[in-house]
Order: sequence, then structure tokens, then C-alpha cells
Amino acid sequence: MGFNLLSFFKGGVHPPGNKHFTEGKPVEKAKVPALVYIPLQQHIGAPCEPIVKPGDRVKMGQVIGQQKGHVCAPIHSSVSGKVKSIIPFATTHGNKVQTLVIENDGLDTPAESIMGRNIDEVSAQEILDIVLDAGIVGLGNATFPTHVKLSPPADKVIEAVILNGSECEPYLTADHRLMVEEPDAVIGGLKLIMKVLGVETGYIGIEDNKPDAIAAIKDAIGEDPNISVRILKTMYPQGCERKLIETITGRQVPSGGLPMDVGIIVNNVTTAAQIYKSVSTGMPLIERIVTITGRGINSPKNLLVRFGTLVSDVVDDCGGLSCEPGKVIVGGPMMGETQHTMDIPITKGVSGIIFMPQEEVGEEEILPCIRCAKCIQVCPIRLMPLSISAHSLKGEYDTCETLHALDCVECGACSYICPSKRPLQESIKLAKEVIIDRRRNGN
Amino acid sequence: MDNTITVSASPHIRSKESVSRIMLDVILALIPAAIAAVIIFGWRVLLVIVVSVMGAVITEAVIQKLMKKPITIKDLSAVVTGILLAYNMPPTVPLWIVLIGSIIAIALVKQAFGGLGQNFMNPALAARAILFAAWPVQMTNWQRPIIDAFSNATSSATPLPILKDGETWAKLPPLWDVFVGKIGGSIGEISALALLLGAAYLLIRGVINWRIPITYIATVGLLTWIFGTDGLFTGRGLYHIFSGGLILGAFFMATDYPTSPVTPLGQIIMGIGCGIVTSIIRLVGGYPGGVSYSILIMNVATPLIERYTRPRIYGEVKNNV
Repeated sequence: MGFNLLSFFKGGVHPPGNKHFTEGKPVEKAKVPALVYIPLQQHIGAPCEPIVKPGDRVKMGQVIGQQKGHVCAPIHSSVSGKVKSIIPFATTHGNKVQTLVIENDGLDTPAESIMGRNIDEVSAQEILDIVLDAGIVGLGNATFPTHVKLSPPADKVIEAVILNGSECEPYLTADHRLMVEEPDAVIGGLKLIMKVLGVETGYIGIEDNKPDAIAAIKDAIGEDPNISVRILKTMYPQGCERKLIETITGRQVPSGGLPMDVGIIVNNVTTAAQIYKSVSTGMPLIERIVTITGRGINSPKNLLVRFGTLVSDVVDDCGGLSCEPGKVIVGGPMMGETQHTMDIPITKGVSGIIFMPQEEVGEEEILPCIRCAKCIQVCPIRLMPLSISAHSLKGEYDTCETLHALDCVECGACSYICPSKRPLQESIKLAKEVIIDRRRNGN
Repeated sequence: MDNTITVSASPHIRSKESVSRIMLDVILALIPAAIAAVIIFGWRVLLVIVVSVMGAVITEAVIQKLMKKPITIKDLSAVVTGILLAYNMPPTVPLWIVLIGSIIAIALVKQAFGGLGQNFMNPALAARAILFAAWPVQMTNWQRPIIDAFSNATSSATPLPILKDGETWAKLPPLWDVFVGKIGGSIGEISALALLLGAAYLLIRGVINWRIPITYIATVGLLTWIFGTDGLFTGRGLYHIFSGGLILGAFFMATDYPTSPVTPLGQIIMGIGCGIVTSIIRLVGGYPGGVSYSILIMNVATPLIERYTRPRIYGEVKNNV
């Protein structure tokens, strides 16, 4: 199996995988709660406009938040029932967003508009319309509206589509289980994406720690000569879009550019499978697989969760907390966001929730930089994290920009490896935000 | 319950790497050389090492106490400085000189510039250079190895002065003796064998990489072979590699993190630069060994080297399709 093992040559770290909690556990349906909290913004871009009001009856899959602007994705009700209220409610990103609270009638009555299509007969434009109407966004983590990604400007020649099945974040197994349990949806979705973009070549990159997923996907591909699995060495951040493109095609996305600049479009495997499901069944994006894991939860699981279910609801589904949680992380341990409460709705971008016990949350002493250069060795972009961080901490953001702070992919490998436990990624991210802010306001 | 949850920036997991673990690795890697020194020169060298380490650690603690800063001696960096300073002393050195050296290394070279990671010169080497200038006689009183049972002499020439003058090559000890350390020299530099054992450990542990030491040693070997005293390509490159402080300097001091470049290309330039300066001093300078001065010179050049050797980042070249 190590035969065509690919990996990027420089950079990367090897954090403990901790995938054993859930990688062997088939996806279960989470209990759908009596109340769901559906934020009107679950994507990068403009928030949606609510088109229902308190008291209205809604059906499962019905549009309740209308798209506003191009970079946006509509929001649908994940249950059938009655709109109770529209209130500002906390999200996983720490801010508050207008949120529809819906009383679930438990009937799951689907909206009338929902209608499956014949996969082989839909045209490229029809697929694109369905992707938009179904509210599909990048389900890896980025939540960038997929219809925008699949409509590159006419002057960009797209040569290949890559599906990202690397799932390089420790703990998370949602993509892994999807590939094992629904490989046909993944491959079907890839073919739909290739049809939209009019390309002949498709790749699926999977890390070598998921042999069962590799086997299932290979099986689903069958004899198709245009689609191939690329086995990747298990290493963080193998799934970083830019590194994945380099690993599979040998091309580097230019600094400041996009994958389409080198003729590539990358989508997550879960996004592809969702496209397939939405086209074939007509049901928009109202649920996803979420890995509920960590030593702080009694029975870690991969759950299929309706959007609007609270974190506290899925805790009950997983046998409750095993101890006082030290950290509740939405996403992986390398890039995820900590939560201050468990009354937070699960939305499109939530691939996992990690409950970390108190004893794993070490308050480590920050020491001066000893210039060991390990952060340079592990940076997938070959930045000099120690220098950018030092200038950022001194407020010298112009120097950070000269040192290519904006190229940082925020993978956190530098902070992970640092023997002095310095906040490298945190300070580089701050510099990025200041630089971007200045550009917006200054120019 | 909610108010006990920690909210912090990612990443939420950290590697087991730590400053004290790195320093401990360096200390472990230096132990074979200490054992070799005891065998070759006797138990007194241990006393020199202990005085040097104690001097360094206590100086660090006292200064941090006086400056009302947290006392950081448990990071073990002062211990490493103390050992390296002792390794650069002749075995007969008076203990009070050792003590002064360790105080200079920590107080003047390290803490005066801000402590851990902030010094611009290697503390042990800078202190040694000052001691050399102040007490040249005591600092060059080479003791003959005690394992050489047939000799009753109390001091011995080291191979480097012999190498400088082609006429006395007959006096050169066998290369094997130079390699294992049956020669005169500073406490920690004499046994290349013991030092290489420790160096291999550091390379395996990833504490250091090959770039500085290998380019440094190769440059010295090459240049001293090319520019021999009997004409081109007649030099004794191997003797030069295993004599003096080259192995100790290349693996344990030129690789010092704060005072050497962090960039891969910069590290190669550092190694070659050290090699050139060492070779010049050894071949044409008025001074037999050049390792410590060459490293100090390159320490000072480090910020400049780094500035011009920033790695090309991912995607920096346009139109690379």
C-alpha cells in the first residue's frame, strides 16, 4: 500500500492521532431535539435574510433564510414544525447571529419542493443550481459557498478536481466514516463536480491511516480511468489545500492566488457526497456527520446531526460527560475553536466536537524564543514563524507583511512544535488580521 | 459548570518538546567527553566542570533575583554553558579562573543582553576569549595525558602547533591517538571519539542538524589539506579535523541556537564561514587553534546571514505551472 505513497517533502508535524475513539464506529443518527436553533449565517459571506416569521409553520428542507449577495448560501429548516422566535444566539465562532428557533413537531414532513433528479440526466447548469439552492458550503471546515467555488471566471482553465479525504486533524473521523459507509455518494459527487467544471481528471487524496476508506473508495471508483485515489502519508497538515495540490499535482498555488490559478479545484469529500445526495434526493443540506469525541465524553460517536441541535443535546446522545470539561473544541485540536458554553447550535461547518478533560488542558509556561528553528522546519509554507511572531508582538505589522504573514495557512504546526510554548500562530494570525484590516481601510 | 471551561486560541495540543528537554539532551550528549577527560587527565577535571557549572547556575540565579525576574535555572541552559566553558579550559586551570569565566559567561554575555535566547555570542566561547586575553599563561598550560604511562613530563604540546610547522611533523602523535584523545588539549575537546558519540545522539534526537557541523568540518578538512606546508594538496586534513576544538566546536558550539542562523541556507553559510576562518587562523595566523574565534566571528555575522537567506516560501515564484 505504501507503493504510491505521496507526501509533501518539507514541513509538517505528527501529533498523536487519537482517532481510535471513533474511527471504527458506524455513523448513528442523533436524536432530533424538541427545539432547534438555526443561525441565519452558517457560511463565509453575507448573512441570510429570514423569510419566515414567528408563528409560521415550516417543513423539513424548506428555505427559511434567503440568500443575500453572491457569496452566500441559503439556510433551510432541519425539522418540520413551528417558528417560535428569531433571536440573537451564540455561534461556534464566539459571536452572536440572528437565529431562528423552531419547535420540532417530530413528523419530519418534507417540503413540497423537494424532488430527486436522475443523476445521469442533469446538466451542468442544473447541478450548479441545485448546489446553490441546497445551501451547500465547504463542509471540511471553511464553509465557503460551493456554488461560488464551482463557478470559476471564464478565463481560468480548470484541469482537475481534487477531493480532500485526508482528514489530517487528530480525533476527527467524520470524513473517514463517510468514505467507508457511503463511498458511492463521494464518487458520485466527484463526478457531478467534474461535470459542472467540464474536467476529465479527478483525484481523491486519503491519508494512509485510513486503509478501509481507501479500499472502499477504490471499490466505488471501479474501472473509471479518469478518477484515481492518491494515498498520502499521514502527517499534519496534509489536508491543507495548498499542500494537497502540491502533493498530488506538483503545482504550487502562487502566493496570494487561488487553487484555480493552477487549474485545480479542491473540495472536501463530505461536500462532494452532499452534492450527490442533494441532486439525487432533492433534500438540501440540513444535517451532517459530526465526530463527538475526546476523553471527556462517555461514549464517543460519529453522529448524523440535524443543524440547530445544541452541543448540550449531543452530549446526552453520547452518554454524558465523563468529567468536568477543560475545553470544548469545535473542529480539530489543531485549528478548532474553544467554546465558552455548550448552548451552541451545530451548523454546517462543525465536523467534530472534542471534549477535553481538565487535566489535558496544561497551562504551560511561555519561555523566550531560543531560536531552535523547529517552527521553520515544520511550516508547510516555509515561513519563518519565529520572526513574524516576534514582529507581530512588537506591533511591527509592516515587517510581518514583508515576511509573508498573509501566506500563513493558520495550521498551528509552529505553535504545536515550539519548545518554548510560544503563541506563534496566534500572533501571526493577529498580524494577518491587522494587515488585511489596514488594506481595507487604507486603500 | 460553564465557567470552568478554558477558552483559548488554537492549537489545543502541544508537542512534548521543551527547552529543558533540549538542554538535557545536550548535557547527556556531553557526558562521554567528560568520561574521556577523566580517563585522560584524572579526577581534577571533574572539579573544574563542577565549579564551572555551579558558577554559571548560581550567577544566573543571583542576577535574576537581583533584577526581580523569575529564576529560570531549571531550564538547564546555564548548566550547558557551564559544561561547555569547562570543556574549553586546560585541565590544569586554576579554579578561580574557572569561576571568573562562568560569571563572565552568564552575567556579561548572556544576562546583560536579556537572558535565554537573547545573547548574540556564545557565552562559553566569549568568556573563554576574555580569559585567554587576561591569563594567557594559565589558559595554555597543557597537561600530558596520564594514560601515557611512559612519560613523566607534566606538560605536552598539542598537535596543532606541530601541524603549523612542517619540519616537526615527525613529532606528530599517531592519528588514532589524536582521534581517541591521547593528546594534550582542553578538557572537553581531546577525544573526538567521545564527542562524536554525543553528536550522533543529538542528530538522532533532532536537537541539531547536519548543516553547520558537517559543512564546518568538511571546509576545515578540505582547506587544510589543500594548503599544506609542503605545497598544494599536502596538508594533514584529518589531523586538523580531530585536533584542537573543531569537533567540540562544530557540533556543540557553532550549533548554539541563539547565535547561529535559523535558516537552512544560513546554517550552511555559517558552517563554511567558520571553516574558512578556522583554517586561516590555523594555517597563517599567529595562534594555533582558531575554532573559538571563528565561531565568535560568525556569531556576530548571524543576523546579517539570516537577513539574506530567508527560505523561498511556498508559491513565491509566479507562473510555476
